[in-house]
Amino acid sequence: MKVLVPVKRVVDYNVKVRVKSDQTGVDIANVKMSMNPFDEIAVEEATRLKEKGGAAEVIAVSCGVAQCQETLRTAMAIGADRGILVQTDAELQPLAVAKLLKSLVEKEQPQLVILGKQAIDDDANQTGQMLAALLDWPQATFASKVEVADGSITVTREVDGGLETVKLSLPAIVTTDLRLNEPRYVTLPNIMKAKKKPLDTVTPEELGVDAAPRLKTLKVTEPPARKAGIKVADVAALVDKLKNEAKVV
Amino acid sequence: MTTLVIAEHDNAQLKGATLNTVAAAAKLGGEVHVLVAGHNAKAVAEQAAGAAGVAKVLLADAPQLADGLAENLAAQVLAVASGYSHLLFPATASGKNVAPRVAAKLDVAQVSDIIGVESADTFQRPIYAGNAIATVQSGDAVKVITVRTTGFDAVAATGGSGAIETVEAVADSGKSSFVGREVAKSDRPELAGARVVVSGGRGLGSAENFKILDPLADKLGAALGASRAAVDAGYAPNDWQVGQTGKIVAPQLYVAVGISGAIQHLAGMKDSKVIVAINKDPEAPIFGVADYGLVGDLFQVVPELVASV
Repeated sequence: MKVLVPVKRVVDYNVKVRVKSDQTGVDIANVKMSMNPFDEIAVEEATRLKEKGGAAEVIAVSCGVAQCQETLRTAMAIGADRGILVQTDAELQPLAVAKLLKSLVEKEQPQLVILGKQAIDDDANQTGQMLAALLDWPQATFASKVEVADGSITVTREVDGGLETVKLSLPAIVTTDLRLNEPRYVTLPNIMKAKKKPLDTVTPEELGVDAAPRLKTLKVTEPPARKAGIKVADVAALVDKLKNEAKVV
Repeated sequence: MTTLVIAEHDNAQLKGATLNTVAAAAKLGGEVHVLVAGHNAKAVAEQAAGAAGVAKVLLADAPQLADGLAENLAAQVLAVASGYSHLLFPATASGKNVAPRVAAKLDVAQVSDIIGVESADTFQRPIYAGNAIATVQSGDAVKVITVRTTGFDAVAATGGSGAIETVEAVADSGKSSFVGREVAKSDRPELAGARVVVSGGRGLGSAENFKILDPLADKLGAALGASRAAVDAGYAPNDWQVGQTGKIVAPQLYVAVGISGAIQHLAGMKDSKVIVAINKDPEAPIFGVADYGLVGDLFQVVPELVASV
């Protein structure tokens, strides 16, 4: 069984982004970029499946600028066997990425695609579900446990109020939540090995996909700032403030 | 122009998030209809029909719709979608699961997690963990949207008199099945809609110590929440997580206990009306957003607080 794992290059989760003064977006020049944390969990899960003998090959895919090669190399250092870059400098929105991935799925014929549930830049939480719809495959989003057995996959999902478990026939789509696994620390020898793994590049045009954005961003602004309040000396002062000033208790 | 809101429910009760979503729909102008897809869910349809501003409720009732499987629920939405200009889902675990499936099938973009409606095609949504707000315009014929419930005040649950129309349920996809659910039973209010939230962080130190928050939550009638660090460490269940990728809350009072205040956590609670932070580290970032900060040992402060509120 082949497993396909899409990975996105995003602003590192430790970076607090700044909105550009002309309101056209956030300033990502000279900002540290990393693999989307949920995608790292996806690569780890696929790699573990391979190590347990459940997957024959793990293919990492990234859509975007040339530097996404670094993200693919990281995926290969974790354990992916090879990488595919769908290279474009144009803005890609989730529907376009889902269409690009669909075209690669049709070419590579994986039985399972594992994606992060959400990218921490646009916070859209759409691509996995859209890919499932375009392929007419079943989906299990927000996974915290994945078990593959003959022709099917059983997934425990993090939902409002607790957990739920669904069983899907393969091929299927899984999106990862935080508690699915803890990605391994990437070692130097594995980084070196990853440099020798195959990495192919294609373009949206070669895949015959119209990747034009559908949503137009009119402006990007700062959220309303919240001012720091005051420090109170003790519990009595706190209770007094809550009762008499804020009137919330 | 008519908007269809996809109801969130458990086949018995309409969830509050639906009422916030109806409020967002009302801002678009035009009629608001609600789809209730479930099993033995007539009571839910009646509740939805009673919500203020709902003109019509579509009820699709069948066993294959009982558990909200994405494949069946998306197909059901698509089966009734024609004629609607906007399809609105609450941005809950269920809404987020199903909406993109519907959007992709319609070949339209989805606008996720809107917090404001500027016009019928222009919306505001947070990006980068709420550190920026994007105003986006959709040129698609149908707008598929998920609504961040904290962005819109819920419409009244009663006072409406919508008509209920039964629609044909779609067939089971045969590709997925529901195995089971582990839902924690609690007498406390639901985290997403609670008036008061008491949240604990890594500072609590253990699942055992986390229980120190119970009496405080009882006293305040609060829901319990947690930071990601506390959930990852196993101190609190996953569905208590407040933050960028967990629950977004905006209660009247948010009490953060032993939470340092990573930007991902702040993203989930900084729209609360009043924020109280209790932390032993005076430099903790949580104090940067708190209305009232108390620097001290939470194991002393919390019991004292319980005794005096």
